[in-house]
Amino acid sequence: MKQDEMILAIETSCDETAVALVKNGTEIMANVVASQIESHKRFGGVVPEVASRHHVEQITVVMEEALQMAGVTMDDVTAVAVTEGPGLVGALLIGVNAAKALAFAHGLPLVPVHHIAGHIYANRLITEMKFPLLALVVSGGHTELVLMKEHGSFEVIGETRDDAAGEAYDKVARTLNLPYPGGPHIDRLAQDGAPVLNLPRAWLEADSYDFSFSGLKSAVINTVHNAAQRGETIKPEDLAASFQESVIDVLVEKTARAAREYDVKQVLLAGGVAANKGLRAALEAKFSGLPQELAIPPLYLCTDNAAMIAAAGSIAYQKGKRADWALNGVPGLDLEAQ
Amino acid sequence: MKALAIDTSNLVMGIAVVDGEKVIGEYTTNLKKNHSIRVMPAIHDLMKEMNMKPAELDRIITAKGPGSYTGVRIGVTIAKTMAWTLNKDLSGVSSLEVLAQNGKFFSGYVCPLFDARRTQLYTGLYGFEEDRFQAVKEDRLVLRSNWLDELKRLEKRILFLGNDLDLHKKSILEELGDQAVFGSAADHNPRPSELARIGIEKEPESVHHFVPSYLQLAEAEVNWLAGQKK
Ligand SMILES: Nc1ncnc2c1ncn2[C@@H]1O[C@H](COP(=O)(O)OP(=O)(O)OP(=O)(O)O)[C@@H](O)[C@H]1O
Ligand SMILES: [Mg+2]
Repeated sequence: MKQDEMILAIETSCDETAVALVKNGTEIMANVVASQIESHKRFGGVVPEVASRHHVEQITVVMEEALQMAGVTMDDVTAVAVTEGPGLVGALLIGVNAAKALAFAHGLPLVPVHHIAGHIYANRLITEMKFPLLALVVSGGHTELVLMKEHGSFEVIGETRDDAAGEAYDKVARTLNLPYPGGPHIDRLAQDGAPVLNLPRAWLEADSYDFSFSGLKSAVINTVHNAAQRGETIKPEDLAASFQESVIDVLVEKTARAAREYDVKQVLLAGGVAANKGLRAALEAKFSGLPQELAIPPLYLCTDNAAMIAAAGSIAYQKGKRADWALNGVPGLDLEAQ
Repeated sequence: MKALAIDTSNLVMGIAVVDGEKVIGEYTTNLKKNHSIRVMPAIHDLMKEMNMKPAELDRIITAKGPGSYTGVRIGVTIAKTMAWTLNKDLSGVSSLEVLAQNGKFFSGYVCPLFDARRTQLYTGLYGFEEDRFQAVKEDRLVLRSNWLDELKRLEKRILFLGNDLDLHKKSILEELGDQAVFGSAADHNPRPSELARIGIEKEPESVHHFVPSYLQLAEAEVNWLAGQKK
């Protein structure tokens, strides 16, 4: 008899080959991430075909490392969880097929996981989730406010209408000739600058929880361009600080408003942009005076990893969610249909 | 030796289970349908029919390309994962070599091919040499016109195999005339049992290091390298 629930999870939706083992839904036994970022840097962004090739090179190496690190064997594993989508289809397929082969080889249940559910459930690895809760998901491909009334239930109450926050960071960084991925560079510059430039904030309709960052991105590009034409230079630090303030203002304000309207117990931050120092500080400042508890996972759980997929997978497993051998990678997988 | 052979490298999807010299199960489709959805159910069903557990296998064999990048990665990923986790041998066989077997009793040379777009071919040349049916010109990605020039100089009859021949038959006939011979429908589907037969004899691969034979770099990589030279 297996005493503990042990989920082995695989995540390959973008440019990280990741495998984790999580015990009883919350205890990380191993969380191995092989990042391809050094390889994609030369292209200025993730190249899907190159990402898929790296995943095939890495997948068994990372699985082995995770099992060794956890000090367990496949006999200890209860179920195999895998990111079904969204993401790059060719990249997803490596994780999905590895998971299917692994589950088949050992006669284990196969549990499909939504990548964004994973980002949200990263929080379960550090704190108990209290419902109803609101998650602010800010990553390279997503910017959304997700309302959860219970485990496994996701309602997207707002989302970006154009660029994701991370995408806007990366595009602005490119304008400043910063290396890919630009988010962390802007964040670092912003620490040394002052928000002296007047940049727009897209509040959209008064009651909307949606976001829009493409106007802001264009305003940044125009500001740099116009200054150059006048022969002036803008301090990159100030530009970064102004841009960052504009993004953070909207994110924090809408999150606080939604938290109040939906009367949630907890607010969770999720996704790679959660690494942003300015965003963390602003959320902490805002919620220190509010009744909702704020949770922000440590950095290694905010960027793509498989421990978060295992955390979401554990709940899905307990709810009886299973995939059959026909499981496919679904690049546009819907969160609300989970 | 019990072995499972998987070929998802091109449109034809094939699975075979062999027990030593004996082919005990074989499944082939030639459909424009998603291998990622279909191959694992096919493996499951065939193994079940054989009443065989994954752990009973001694070796996993996969077609390693060339072919569809995504397609070949599906079979390779499954084969690598199964071989690694069950601690079994893994072997990889050229997808062209598998197809070439359908002409192994032909007296001339055998030219298996897959279309590689923009009048390019994934191809190679196979024939009897040193008492063995083997590659006489190694697998490559090549412009059709260059390849046909090269074949013409051999002055020997050549059997062409592959489901993509429809796209190239006319050009082949124009260039090679009587020198060219074409297989019929059944000869154009690579057989997974042939994949298994060849794979059983190969030296096992290092599972962690095994990768598909794409025969070309990713396009972004080619462009990047070109940019570096400037
Ligand atoms: N300190 C930071 N400040 C701002 N942005 C950051 C910071 N660190 C990382 N980012 C941004 O986070 C993004 C990567 O996040 P993540 O890895 O969650 O995205 P993803 O997994 O590619 O997207 P998704 O999860 O939506 O598919 C990049 O756009 C990167 O620039
Ligand atoms: Mg992500």
